Amino acid sequence: MRLDGGAIATLACLLGGAALLAIFNLAIAAGSALHVPSFVVSIVGKYLCYAILALAVDLVWGYAGILTLGHAAFFALGGYAMGMYLMREIGARGVYANPTLPDFMVFIGWNKLPWYWYGSEHFLFALILVVLVPGILAFVFGWFAFRSRVSGVYLSIITQALTYALMLAFFRNDMGFGGNNGMTDFKDIIGFPLDKETTSVGLMLATAVILSLAYLLARATTRSRFGKVLIAVRDAEPRTRFLGYRPESYKLVVWTLSAVIAGIGGALYVPQVGIINPSEFAPANSIEAVIWVAVGGRGTLSGAILGAVLVNLGKTWLTSALPDVWLFAIGGLFILVTLFLPRGLIGLFSGRGSTTAERGRQSAASEAVMREAAE
Amino acid sequence: MAEPTLLYLDGVTVSFDGFKALDALSLVLEPGEMRAVIGPNGAGKTTMMDVITGKTRPEEGHVVFGSDIDLRKLDEPAIARLGIGRKFQRPTVFEPLSVRDNLLLALAGDRGPRFALWARETAHERMRIDDLLETIRLTDERDRRAANLSHGQKQWLEIGMLLAQDPKLLLVDEPVAGMTDAETEATAELLRKINQKSSIVVVEHDMAFVRALGVKVTVLHEGKVLAEGSIDTIQNNPRVVEVYLGR
Amino acid sequence: MTRKSGGGRFLWGAFAAALLLPLAAGLGAAHAAGDPFLPLAATNFDIEAQGVEALATSGNPRAAAVIGALRDGNLFAWKWPRPNPPLYIRTTKGFVDARTGMAVANPPVSVNLRRVIVNDSVRAAIETAEGALGLFAKATADRRKAAEALFQSANPGALPLIRRALKAETDAGVARVLREAEAAALLKSNSGSDRARIAAVKRLAERSDLSARNLLASLHNQKPAITAAIATAIHAIDYRLKLWGLLENVYYGISLGAVLLLAAAGLAITFGVMDVINMAHGEMVMIGAYTTFVVQQLIAASLPALNGFGLLFAVPAAFLVAGGIGVVVERTLIRFLYGRPLETLLATWGLSLILQQAVRSIFGATNQDVTSPAWMSGSLQLGGLVLTINRLWIILFAVLVLGALMATLRWGGLGRSIRAVMQNRSMAAVMGIRTPWIDALTFGLGSGIAGIAGVALSQIDNVSPNLGQNYIVDSFIVVVVGGVGNLWGTLFGAMLVGIVDKFVEPFEGAVLAKILVLAFLILFIQRRPQGLFPLKGRAAEA
Repeated sequence: MRLDGGAIATLACLLGGAALLAIFNLAIAAGSALHVPSFVVSIVGKYLCYAILALAVDLVWGYAGILTLGHAAFFALGGYAMGMYLMREIGARGVYANPTLPDFMVFIGWNKLPWYWYGSEHFLFALILVVLVPGILAFVFGWFAFRSRVSGVYLSIITQALTYALMLAFFRNDMGFGGNNGMTDFKDIIGFPLDKETTSVGLMLATAVILSLAYLLARATTRSRFGKVLIAVRDAEPRTRFLGYRPESYKLVVWTLSAVIAGIGGALYVPQVGIINPSEFAPANSIEAVIWVAVGGRGTLSGAILGAVLVNLGKTWLTSALPDVWLFAIGGLFILVTLFLPRGLIGLFSGRGSTTAERGRQSAASEAVMREAAE
Repeated sequence: MAEPTLLYLDGVTVSFDGFKALDALSLVLEPGEMRAVIGPNGAGKTTMMDVITGKTRPEEGHVVFGSDIDLRKLDEPAIARLGIGRKFQRPTVFEPLSVRDNLLLALAGDRGPRFALWARETAHERMRIDDLLETIRLTDERDRRAANLSHGQKQWLEIGMLLAQDPKLLLVDEPVAGMTDAETEATAELLRKINQKSSIVVVEHDMAFVRALGVKVTVLHEGKVLAEGSIDTIQNNPRVVEVYLGR
Repeated sequence: MTRKSGGGRFLWGAFAAALLLPLAAGLGAAHAAGDPFLPLAATNFDIEAQGVEALATSGNPRAAAVIGALRDGNLFAWKWPRPNPPLYIRTTKGFVDARTGMAVANPPVSVNLRRVIVNDSVRAAIETAEGALGLFAKATADRRKAAEALFQSANPGALPLIRRALKAETDAGVARVLREAEAAALLKSNSGSDRARIAAVKRLAERSDLSARNLLASLHNQKPAITAAIATAIHAIDYRLKLWGLLENVYYGISLGAVLLLAAAGLAITFGVMDVINMAHGEMVMIGAYTTFVVQQLIAASLPALNGFGLLFAVPAAFLVAGGIGVVVERTLIRFLYGRPLETLLATWGLSLILQQAVRSIFGATNQDVTSPAWMSGSLQLGGLVLTINRLWIILFAVLVLGALMATLRWGGLGRSIRAVMQNRSMAAVMGIRTPWIDALTFGLGSGIAGIAGVALSQIDNVSPNLGQNYIVDSFIVVVVGGVGNLWGTLFGAMLVGIVDKFVEPFEGAVLAKILVLAFLILFIQRRPQGLFPLKGRAAEA
């Protein structure tokens, strides 16, 4: 695969930035003005996880036209899969010192590990779950949804219903995932203590690398013939059908791939923030991820990453400096971006039409044409 | 059958909320034939296309492609893969993609996502695309985004995409609407050229264009075939005159 | 207690005295022979207790006041022996004559008085008496209440009393309760013939409520025939209770459905008719609820006379406030996004965040207290059903709102224009309809209806900035299930979702009910995605 300037710049920013951050944190003494405190490292790690989620959302929304309002569900499922491993890793160091059962199970009076926790003490098994759980859920959901040609806002609403239902389910104690409180108080990951600086730097670097890989994967996918078909499906689905394509299978593949990427993002997120609870399923989270993509530039992969980082920077700053303003700001962002910045920041700065991000009135017009054609 | 027909519609009925869009419509198309279908608004022309391409399922009647393929049991992609192409009234091309990519996606071949993920453009495909660009006179526009083409160019690109499918049967809905005289002329020529390899059904309002095509004409009215024959017999048919001019 | 330990002799002596004294004094006062108040002045608890019972059943109009005073320690008797001793009730204004209730001309000196005191047995007598008093009260409702209390206590000792009351009772309903009370007392007393007891069991079975069932279940060691009758009766009661429970669930379902209907009716306009997906719809509901709160505060501050009727003003106010916001939103935001449903979804979501935070900034994050007027509280008993009044009002209100909305769309000038624009925009424009204004007013109408829903919700839910969020998902479910653009469908969808929700809830819990409803939605949309567009919105013709 050939990399153009934009891709190289994106990768350089990601990997170079992460490496610099690591150096300024570890190699420079804490007293120095150049020293990067550890909390910054873990915040950046968190942003990079969000960027992975944004990439996943962009893949389906930007390229396949599926406005997902439920991607945080896959993110959270990946996170829970990782959380299960981290919980088991605590072992007898928990409050109840039970070598097998996590504290919350002892607390609600369980004395046996439920079957779906078997094997969760192995890191490798956790990694498999991180991929399989969101992947299988997305596949089953998508198989039903796309085959029956649910699309547009209806699809958006049922993705929201999906994450909402999962949130309610995970709030229940008898689900066996810690209920309301979720899972927390993690001690270490494959032997590395989570409270050590080197571990957070390592996790942040790993996230940067995985984000880069996800970026390359998404890039390869969208630039392949598959990606071109996706764009065709996005803008003129009936036409592709009359050309002999089955849009539903294309959507299903990209939807499942996207869910897996989101799940991996969630798995990286949990050890860095130290907690996973049902509020991660909240529909608001999913919609926020959509706005990251919209801000950065829908249909451009680097835009998704940029948007996730920028919006979350703003969020971190605003929620601490002016907590009341944050909702006004994010709400305003939704409105401003949809009204005035349909191509996002990348579209604003790159000027020339990127191959995929053309939105706005023109494509609204073509949608109308297609709707007529579909009737 | 000794000489199989290409398309065979018999007694096809479709109704929407009690309104009969097609009322026991029957139509036979020979291999290699080009047929013009005319009729006033609401005569059932578009519904007929919908039935053939699998978009609408008829309540009654038979729709048979070739000697024994029952089109009623297939969905749009499956019918498209059989070699039935359809061109909509308004040009619908993939606007964000380049002219080349539009043709590439239309080229006959594997339509599955697994193939598409790993597909590399072959020399054969490149050659086919170059030929098609030549045919539809868009060689110079090959790398432009389809969105930036003129209306006429989009019509042609769409026809090019249909050709790329190697269709056995082409359904064309009002191909010259909104075209200049010169473009209309060129389009008629293009259709005749395509007809050398594929059968064609053209739905059109423009009588001059139908005359220019010089093919057998079927007149639809209220979901039924009103008359069939050469353009001259049709134009002298009193019932046709009544339907078109009487009201 | 010294008097109690006084022993039998003294007791009997006092009893005799109590009986004889009035006789002795009888010639003096014509009515004193049957003076029912006299035993209360006795210094013997047993006489006192019997006196209480006798007084209660005497039908004397002063009985209730005197027994009440005795209970509260306000009854005083003449301290020194004398025939026909006076009895006084101490009130806040001084002593009144217990027998007449008239103020006493010459207030007695407290040295001459003693408070009539009570022990446990007298207290028990007072309790029964107060129950029995009601049996002879004037008002039917009081008699019914008393009979019901006697049924609940199932006191065998009350049997004679009940029978006496039954003879005097004229109201059929009260008589029925009395017979039930009689049956309960009889069964508890372990007396009566087998036939009478089986008849009593049957009577309880006819009553068919939980207390009848519990009473029957508490009877042990009965004769086989009676045990069998009891088992049959319990079975029958259980069956009927189940039926009532079913009806109750239907009622809860309908009342939830009414709430959903209110929340979804506005959505049926904006989403169903205009094809605009407004994620801030819930916030319009929330604004309606806050308007109710503000109206209530204003009325309490300036027109306290209208305190109970704040809601009547809140309904138009909420409609105007939410509708006005809707018009502004349409003109400044929605109209730029027609034909782009996904963008509309995102922008209105942003709007919902802004509205929530704005309300939070103005009113604070805590719940606001909207009080229900008196005419909306309480409940209604209908057979085995208990219907809460405020829910009944909301059901009625929802029906009214739906009816008004349908009438507006069907016959109103605005409604006609709305339908014209939605069916054929360009034709409507040619006919001189100002389509942009119709768009704005349609959106305003949908938002205004949401505001009205907020008025209703303020009566049953917490008025907080998050109020709307709880209803938006359900509202979308209702509109989608009912079929977009069809108000009858919305009604159907609301009732279906409400009833399904309430039927699943008792078995599976509220959370699972919600999950199941969501799963149902997902399946439903997948089964019938095509059936959801009966009306063509503007997008189809753009």
